[in-house]
Amino acid sequence: MNALITARGITKHFGPTKALDGVDLDIFAGEVHVLLGENGAGKSTLVKVLAGIHGPDAGTIEGSASLAVIHQELALVPELSVAENLFLNRLPRRFGFVDRAEARRRAPRLLERVGLDVDPDAKVKDLGIAQQQMIEIARALDKDAGVLILDEPTAVLTDTETDRLLEIMAQLRGNGVGLVFITHHLDEIQRIADRITVLRDGRSVGVLGPGVSTRHMIELMVGRPIDEQYPRARQRPGRPLLSISHLSRRGAFHDITIEVRAGEVVGIAGLVGAGRTEVARAAFGVDDYDEGSVEVDGKPLRRNDVQAAIKAGLGLVPEDRKGQGLVLTATVGQNLELVTLGNRDRERLHDMVGKLRVKGSVEQPVKELSGGNQQKVVIGKWLLADPKVLILDEPTRGVDVGAKVEIYELVNRMTAQGRAVLLVSSDLPEVIGMSDRVVVMAHGRVAGELPGGATQDQVMALAVQEISA
Amino acid sequence: MTAIGNRKHAPKKYLAENGALAGLLVLVVAIAVAQPAFLTAQNLLNVGVQAAVIAIMAFGMTFVVVAGGIDLSVGSIAALAAMVGALTAGPAGLVVGALCGLVNGALISYGKLPPFIATLAMLSVARGLTLVISEGQPHETDAVVTFLGSNLTPVVPLPLLLMLLFFGVTGLVLTRTNLGRRMYAIGGNEEAAKLSGIDVRRQKLWIYALSGLFAAAAGLVLAGRLASAGPQAAAGYELDAIAAVVIGGASLSGGVGRATGTLVGALVLAVLRNGLNLLQVPPFWQQVVIGAVIALAALLDSLRRR
Repeated sequence: MNALITARGITKHFGPTKALDGVDLDIFAGEVHVLLGENGAGKSTLVKVLAGIHGPDAGTIEGSASLAVIHQELALVPELSVAENLFLNRLPRRFGFVDRAEARRRAPRLLERVGLDVDPDAKVKDLGIAQQQMIEIARALDKDAGVLILDEPTAVLTDTETDRLLEIMAQLRGNGVGLVFITHHLDEIQRIADRITVLRDGRSVGVLGPGVSTRHMIELMVGRPIDEQYPRARQRPGRPLLSISHLSRRGAFHDITIEVRAGEVVGIAGLVGAGRTEVARAAFGVDDYDEGSVEVDGKPLRRNDVQAAIKAGLGLVPEDRKGQGLVLTATVGQNLELVTLGNRDRERLHDMVGKLRVKGSVEQPVKELSGGNQQKVVIGKWLLADPKVLILDEPTRGVDVGAKVEIYELVNRMTAQGRAVLLVSSDLPEVIGMSDRVVVMAHGRVAGELPGGATQDQVMALAVQEISA
Repeated sequence: MTAIGNRKHAPKKYLAENGALAGLLVLVVAIAVAQPAFLTAQNLLNVGVQAAVIAIMAFGMTFVVVAGGIDLSVGSIAALAAMVGALTAGPAGLVVGALCGLVNGALISYGKLPPFIATLAMLSVARGLTLVISEGQPHETDAVVTFLGSNLTPVVPLPLLLMLLFFGVTGLVLTRTNLGRRMYAIGGNEEAAKLSGIDVRRQKLWIYALSGLFAAAAGLVLAGRLASAGPQAAAGYELDAIAAVVIGGASLSGGVGRATGTLVGALVLAVLRNGLNLLQVPPFWQQVVIGAVIALAALLDSLRRR
């Protein structure tokens, strides 16, 4: 069997972080090749390198097959018809004008290949997400894509839709297409995978065959021992400072109850899309919720009111540092004082820069700082407001190891002073190592709670569990 | 605090970082060489008076632009305020201007309209109201309003002093008040501002109200100079005000902008108009030159940021 694509020794850096480190990958005709790994293991980067979006820093990619990527965010034009989307940018023309009749005539043959029965004149925005995905796959196939990469396509699909997609994938495999499939759902992998490349920290740590146990997959995926990277100093928990009770929002999360006590770090683990960030934002009052309540230090919190939340003693370090945490056009000082603008004391800003060991000055534009130092500024902004409970959403994403440990020390210092931390993190060793208890979310629900020091496969087993909706 | 930080730098670096100021100096020298009459005290005072109306309007626009918005209604609000001022009294004009701004802010904050649309609507409404209350006729202004446009002493025109007063107020608001700080935060990253507990919607109300108030003041100064409020006064001035803000280095995507920049921007426009007149460039061509200068200023700024 000859490979459609052969990648050897692919290495890619983003600043100081090594996203990919000498990864080898072969994609053969007529196989479903699964890429498996934790969030941040390098799957998306690998896909982008294969698709030519990023050039590798080292390594070679060989192969003649053309390649199409179906991303989670679909590249369709919602206001155009199915037929127009299928032939986007290469619509059949007649006398210089778009030949709609011809497009309409050619569409059904393409739709048939993916088993989709829709009116070619229907607007794409009126179709379901699964149908839209099929249209994108049909379009890729019509461009004679020999290799089809599907980046977490099932994350947005219902069970029946997923079944349908897996059927079509099997059919395409039979036609000699090479498929690369990214998914977190281990049961799907067991159903369709011919080979599984497991990535961890940017390295390929093993290539597995079909019929491998989920236990083995999880072990390979997380397989790193928890060491003293996580200097958690546990406190004796005091009174409840944050009580999230039976919180629900249709389509996002359901019946979430989480209590965080004084001196405690409670982690929320789960896969991307499990609803963790949504719960954090709702508790902080950024987004509304349908049912349930949030209490801070025994007092009920008005819903959907960030000012009230801050006044009650909550703080939120959002997951998207540049998009939500920082004002990039402003200086370090201007960012630090954002929550406590009424305070005219400039000295406290200098003190905070020193205390956090931010490599930069108060007057410096914040965009000149490294990711880790920027994150310290976002955290510092909240420390100046002295919150009772700080919610940290992915606080160490894209942060180098040294700054990570400094952020953990800040967490320890807060809890030592009787404050509390709610830690949302996709970094399993971190959430286990730093939390006194770990709440695992899956599909918008609490799948279970584990004590600190639980194993990574215990967390993963809860996170990937299928809940029949 | 950015304004303070810059004082430490050498003048050369200061000019490099303030392209508009460098441009203004080049412009002044070039025109003075070509037409020495430009440099007479009387003419320079004229330039100042010519700049005053646009500058005051542009200061209000600076708040809006720094906060990431735009206000197309300032020309119409200026006319409406001047007309109300002429028909009743000056202060009533200021109140009406601020109220128009509040309506803009409410449409944007609570109606969730894009600033472009909300203020475009106000541009039409305020102009229409001006025509309605004036019945299409110009009206004489009273002594108080006329005083605003007059010379305080034979050498110092009041519009010039008012421009400097509004310049000072704008600088203070931007750098020394919570409202000013919030403008930079909202314009720089509205989501981050919201997540930091800033009541973005309420702040926008005040920001657009300030813009309306400043536009009204500009309208009264304009009417004072002419001793008359006209129904078509200040038509199209919103574009000059935006141009002054942009030439001054503010970013239309928000978060960046300073009072000094806007002052320089307004002066660039006034010097250019005055110089082109002195050089007897035909008025049709003047428009072409001014447009080219605006494009050039924005282009240089975008190159510098890259």
